[in-house]
Amino acid sequence: MSETIKTDCLIIGAGPVGLFAVFELGILGLDSHVVDNLDKIGGQCAELYPDKPIYDIPALPECTGLSLIENLQKQIKPFNTPFHLNERIDEIINTGDLWKLKTTGNKVFETPNIFIAGGVGSFEPRKPPIENVSKYENKGIQYSIPDKNFYKDKKIIIFGGGDSALDWTVELSKIASHVTLVHRRDEFKAANHTVNLMKQLVKEGQVDLITKNQISDVKGSDRVEKAIIKDNEGNEKIIDCDEILIFYGLKMELGPINDWSLNLNEKQIEVNTENFETNLSGVFAMGDISYYPGKLKLILSGFHEAALAAQKAFIRARPDETLTFRYTTSSSDIQKKLGVK
Amino acid sequence: MYLIPLSNAFLNILKKISMAKIKYIEFSGTEHEIDVSSGLTVMEGAIKNKIPGIDADCGGACACATCHVYVAKEWIEKLPPKEDSEEDMLDFAFDVKDNSRLSCQITVSDELDGLVVNMPEKQF
Ligand SMILES: Cc1cc2nc3c(=O)[nH]c(=O)nc-3n(C[C@H](O)[C@H](O)[C@H](O)COP(=O)(O)OP(=O)(O)OC[C@H]3O[C@@H](n4cnc5c(N)ncnc54)[C@H](O)[C@@H]3O)c2cc1C
Ligand code: FES
Repeated sequence: MSETIKTDCLIIGAGPVGLFAVFELGILGLDSHVVDNLDKIGGQCAELYPDKPIYDIPALPECTGLSLIENLQKQIKPFNTPFHLNERIDEIINTGDLWKLKTTGNKVFETPNIFIAGGVGSFEPRKPPIENVSKYENKGIQYSIPDKNFYKDKKIIIFGGGDSALDWTVELSKIASHVTLVHRRDEFKAANHTVNLMKQLVKEGQVDLITKNQISDVKGSDRVEKAIIKDNEGNEKIIDCDEILIFYGLKMELGPINDWSLNLNEKQIEVNTENFETNLSGVFAMGDISYYPGKLKLILSGFHEAALAAQKAFIRARPDETLTFRYTTSSSDIQKKLGVK
Repeated sequence: MYLIPLSNAFLNILKKISMAKIKYIEFSGTEHEIDVSSGLTVMEGAIKNKIPGIDADCGGACACATCHVYVAKEWIEKLPPKEDSEEDMLDFAFDVKDNSRLSCQITVSDELDGLVVNMPEKQF
């Protein structure tokens, strides 16, 4: 096991609220680490609506999901905060005044404060709710590709019509023995260029394209051997394969957070509105994942919640120091932290 | 003296026309008949009344496809058509059929009085 990383606050979630929490902690002089299951920073804003306009960020009449995240990253740059992407926090363990956390990448953190800014949960691949599909997961069925060479000379079926499905169809057609792409309609929601490349490959006979069909079941012995697909009228067809790749986008799952003995209200964590602490001392929840009477799932609410939680986090991380309220406008100490000259 | 009864009567008329009865049928067959105010979406009508079978993870932003429903055949034509964003998002729903819709994209109005929607076995 790797060495334990000590920090004043471990932030779960690199969405807008986790990012602003870095700022609020930073100007109080607390350092933090951020862990996110996604391969990029920005939570829902970056994953679900990077190009859509947002109109209700105070003093920003209009910005896009992506530009909001870029600006937040600029705002926290002075703090050089480490981000641990592609890692999920699965477990939190109480050790007296401190918390120990483990990531799926086997990193261990020790901290007096955990900020859960986990949105609606971590983004996970959508898996068809079919019994055999779960049975053959990792036995021929995959939702991502860690190493494309694994698919050399294999007979592959790819399900989906978005960027991942199309990119991999084009890429794997170069090394696989055969690729079949199955999608529920004739239109694709992917870059035009890739769609055209795929259509060219279909013309050349390198890729089989089957539209207006969806996955219905899979069959096999030790590993998956056949996919059963059905059209809109319910007519089924069987296709032989060595490997199946499913790209139906991402879904948010509360997942491990369910098992942390937190008081939940449906899919949200109950907090008090004084400092957004949960029923566990030192564990705070903010942003979409927090619940209290009147809660609004808005970015601006999350920013406020992060600011208040940071105050209490300071008291836990620096029990011997006193916290004084200061404005960024006039505090030379804060300005020094921000690198203002 | 004279205005009050009038405005009450007016309010009653408003109430009458600004509600639609919507029947939500769970996959198990359990039916829920609910009065939903005009202006809400079919998804919001289900969530407000705690009807199981619609998750609506994204809260109606057409970004999650977990509010998938099948619209009763006789109602398909009567609903406003799907926008591109709804059709795109349906790619991420499970077991999509010709009568599939995302319930957060259907706004209730008095024309929808009597609408029947069936919930799928699972939201992805
Ligand atoms: C289409 C759309 C439009 C929207 N428009 C607006 C708008 O106009 N104005 C507005 O204010 N809000 C809007 N919202 C809502 C806004 O995006 C959310 O309120 C905001 O993203 C919440 O931020 P967050 O940081 O709490 O969580 P998120 O942005 O959801 O980020 C949470 C992150 O935590 C990660 N995570 C969760 N659990 C774990 C774990 N165990 N381990 C590791 N990582 C984990 C997730 O992978 C995710 O990246 C919109 C949402 C959508 C979908
Ligand atoms: S509620 Fe998310 S798409 Fe309808």
